[in-house]
Amino acid sequence: MPELPQARRHAGELEAQVLAALWAARTPLTPQDVQTALGDGLARTTIATILARLHDKGTVGRTKAGRGFAYTPTVEDQAGLAARRMRSELESGEDRSTVLARFVSDLSDDDERLLRELLGEAS
Amino acid sequence: MTFTVWAPLLLPFLAAPLARRLAEALAPRTASWVLAGTAAALGGATAVSLALLTLAGLLRLPPVAALGHLSPHWLPDGSPWTAGAAALGLLAVTGLALRAAHRQYADLRRARATAARAAAAGQLTVLEDERAEAFALPGLPWQPGRIVVTTGMLRALDGPERAALLAHERAHLTARHHVFLALAEYTAVLHPALRGLRTPLGYHLERWADENAARATGDRALTARAVGRAALAAARAPRPHRPGLAPAAHTGPVPRRVAALLAPPPSPRRAAPARTAAALALAACLALAGSTALHATTELHRTVEAAQGEAHR
Repeated sequence: MPELPQARRHAGELEAQVLAALWAARTPLTPQDVQTALGDGLARTTIATILARLHDKGTVGRTKAGRGFAYTPTVEDQAGLAARRMRSELESGEDRSTVLARFVSDLSDDDERLLRELLGEAS
Repeated sequence: MTFTVWAPLLLPFLAAPLARRLAEALAPRTASWVLAGTAAALGGATAVSLALLTLAGLLRLPPVAALGHLSPHWLPDGSPWTAGAAALGLLAVTGLALRAAHRQYADLRRARATAARAAAAGQLTVLEDERAEAFALPGLPWQPGRIVVTTGMLRALDGPERAALLAHERAHLTARHHVFLALAEYTAVLHPALRGLRTPLGYHLERWADENAARATGDRALTARAVGRAALAAARAPRPHRPGLAPAAHTGPVPRRVAALLAPPPSPRRAAPARTAAALALAACLALAGSTALHATTELHRTVEAAQGEAHR
């Protein structure tokens, strides 16, 4: 990965977080909704700028909502197909190579119990 | 040929368990480097040994000896069976390594082709799938890596937890953890004792990325919650089969990662005597593997030169 300047890399990280928030929501989000969802004290103007940029790229669509816009992620025609294919890739069992670092591995029943206990203490 | 050519083949049985024990006592980043370095050094020494044994056998074959202007009389004694076995081993290892490389390449190419069709912003690619899944898709030298996350995973976490997940995957990509994983995959093929290094290496790489995410978000408990809730969400969806799950035999990696994040950050500057001993023993094993491989190489080289000199006389 080429080294990006700090500011541009930061912008990429914010774009990713905003897109993640839009996909997590099942309804269109206004910049204020996104601000609440991210919950890390970003200025609303910053978020509005990022949303506008994502809209320019065609990554998100928008509808008029009050005095501003509400945004939803653009659904690609072939996205469902892509997801199904990826799922079958990941499920093809132990014959898979380990080169994809997955965020979480499978849990045994005991793991699940232990994890719930740990999270109970954490929250 | 003397025992030095055999030492690199025997040492992994001693050094691999040592490396695993040592890694347990180290911070995740150091542990990952120790495990990967051990795998690389021992794998390399193993390959050299097999090659030397095969070469020594080949040189004893009259046509090869004639080709190299060698006097067979001067060549090292050695059973043709040993050389044959080493040659077979070398062939098998090469074949397996090629297969592993092909499989990794094919997996990556398919995953990249799939991710290319999905929605993307920054490094993030979103797949529409209710099943919770997230992984780092390594890039190529001319193409940055991607963080692939399903909608099911995004919906299982809240905003700050999603930021922790993204920071974790970003850490994998920035530190090129896929190179460590690929290295472990190849060396596991070279020597059976090195297979046992893959699982601990995978675990410590996850811990490394967890610690980076905790630093990036500035919140260890938040990162712990993100890992834990992601795992529970991923486990909620019924899977057709879950290979490699030992029922309640031991604590799996995810609860250990969460517990480690809930504990204070690992402090690298407290060397216990046991840790120092394991580190010294491992260093001795690696030095021995390297020096014996080198010694066996120079020895064969010298013998061949002597045999050539004799043939020219």
